Amino acid sequence: MSEHNAAAVNPLDEFPPREHGGPADRLVGLARRWLSAVLSRGTAMPAIASLVIIAVFFQSQSQYFLSPANLSNLAVQATLVAIIALGEIVVLLLGEIDLSLGSMAGVTAAILGVLITNGHVPWFLAIFIMLACGAAMGAFQGWWISWLGIPSFVVTLAGMLGFLGLQLWILGPQGTLSIFDPNIAALTGTELPPLVGWILAALVVAAVLVRGARGASGASGALGEHRVRAVKSLGLPVLIAVVIVGAIAVFNASRGVPTAFLILIGLLVVGWWITMHTSPGRHLFAVGGNAEAARRAGIPVRRIRLVAFALSGTLAATGGLIAASYNGSAGTLTGGGTLLLEAIGAAVIGGTSLFGGRGSVWSALVGSLIMAGVANGLDLTNSDQPIKYMVQGIIVLLAVSLDTVLRQRQSRGRHMGGAHA
Amino acid sequence: MLNGGPGRRLVRRRPASPPPDAALGGGEVLRVVDVTKWYGGVQALDRVSMSVDSGEVVALVGDNGAGKSTLVNVIAGIITPDEGELYVRGERLAIRSTDDAALHGIRTVHQEHTLADNLDVVENLFLGREMYRGVGPLRRVDFAAMQKRTWAALSDLGISTISDVRASVAMMSGGQRQTIAVARATLETYPIVLLDEPTAGLGVAECQRVMELVLRLKGQGTAIVIVSQNIEEIFEVADRIVVLHLGKVGAVFRRAETTPEAVLGAVMGMA
Repeated sequence: MSEHNAAAVNPLDEFPPREHGGPADRLVGLARRWLSAVLSRGTAMPAIASLVIIAVFFQSQSQYFLSPANLSNLAVQATLVAIIALGEIVVLLLGEIDLSLGSMAGVTAAILGVLITNGHVPWFLAIFIMLACGAAMGAFQGWWISWLGIPSFVVTLAGMLGFLGLQLWILGPQGTLSIFDPNIAALTGTELPPLVGWILAALVVAAVLVRGARGASGASGALGEHRVRAVKSLGLPVLIAVVIVGAIAVFNASRGVPTAFLILIGLLVVGWWITMHTSPGRHLFAVGGNAEAARRAGIPVRRIRLVAFALSGTLAATGGLIAASYNGSAGTLTGGGTLLLEAIGAAVIGGTSLFGGRGSVWSALVGSLIMAGVANGLDLTNSDQPIKYMVQGIIVLLAVSLDTVLRQRQSRGRHMGGAHA
Repeated sequence: MLNGGPGRRLVRRRPASPPPDAALGGGEVLRVVDVTKWYGGVQALDRVSMSVDSGEVVALVGDNGAGKSTLVNVIAGIITPDEGELYVRGERLAIRSTDDAALHGIRTVHQEHTLADNLDVVENLFLGREMYRGVGPLRRVDFAAMQKRTWAALSDLGISTISDVRASVAMMSGGQRQTIAVARATLETYPIVLLDEPTAGLGVAECQRVMELVLRLKGQGTAIVIVSQNIEEIFEVADRIVVLHLGKVGAVFRRAETTPEAVLGAVMGMA
């Protein structure tokens, strides 16, 4: 026991002592401490590193890759996958999987098409109905999974096929429904005015920094924990602020923040709030970590599972909405192809575990940016589709391997660090 | 039992803490009458009856398969008995879920499945009973307050083996994990605490720590049921010893009036 204990008491043991060095050494020490603090907490770090590598590589291949116009374009391309990935993450955190998200996106897009084009239903009502249908389909599958105990892989595999059939049936023989609605088209076709973008950024950055400062001053804990906490709680907000300002600058240098991307960020922020700060969200992690322990602690495990699948269905419908808006139609291919697998890939690349209990909603964003970045970069360098698939496959494998190896080394390092402390 | 969740109670009432008057005041707190449980063709419990007074430690001993864990799980609301009655403070209850049990002031420390490995000490300690701040959509889990309470609880219990309460419990030793599990039962004053082999797999010092926690709970007037294989340990804390043999109550001893040899004899069915 004492070895784990010692490791926990002295988390800074692995770093060189502060006294031995000049300001440069101290700076390096601080940077290492910060990196280690972020690494120990966030699982998205390797993914962010790959994002940087992708950016550098494709920029060296094509001058256009890091241009504001292309980055804006890339953000919109990543949005659909990211929304589906977010839906996947909700159930992945439980240790479940949902294979029907693509089909649900397709069905709900078809429902939207029928409502708008054939039924002349007002756009907001049509959107509400399509989201409700997504929630209902997700809840239906969740019921089989949570109340009857059927594995989610099987239920959602059946759902994937069944809902695809439903989608084709709704679309009928003509196969495609055009959706000419300016409001729905605006979801993916418009941008925020630059000034509004900056005001929004200023508000968010202020909120993030205030929160961080409060966390740093309020950090309390046992021996030696202080410094890590302070660095951790200030380091991350500063990084987030820099990323936000940078992103807004890039978007505004093009045409402004794309509305679809803003919707995605909004969903991610809500998802982050729910998963990190509310009890249902924390219970999601508890069930994913140890369902039986959660049940014995009085957590309504079945209800949590059901709601998670309903939520993931709703997010699939949101993806269907974005797809329908982007294409101006709902077709037999909407939500099909490799969308689902790319979304699962994005979630996993971003650092969400397939085995439940570990991950973050932000991995949807990071992972889908990687997937879209690679696809976009290969397009720019005139690579063919076969190459694209193969490269994406390699990236999924490498990203997850890197993440796994890093985590293993980290936990081993901690145990060993304690052993000779 | 597929997925075996708690009963389908849609409205969940979970008191912040059990009624304060329920904890103290002597007399019988828990009574189990003629509890019977079949697993398919196997009878795990055969008309088992027992009772626990406030401030009393009752040890359940018996060989593997004697029905100790089944009995604890029945009281804890995890297993529904086929027959039998359960009384808490003289009131007959139907405990169908862990929630029901918690409502009636019963807290259980299980042998396994006690902690979620991916969560930290604070979250595990408060699992299912989180503290909140804010209202409406801004109502959120108050990690700072929970962390403070955790430090207070740990120092109150004399637990000095846990130095970072925001560290994930996956990295902790069996002893640390078990102290967290037991500390959970002491976070609020529960009139009844069930401990299912709380020292299984622990080292000597760690066992001692857990036994100290048990005696502390007893001192607070808690009625305690402890399952253990360790006769020495039982003679250290128990007031009464109930021996289960093949699903039946084989014998009941008062610690002061018996010897480990007599108890062992009963465990082996020689009483």
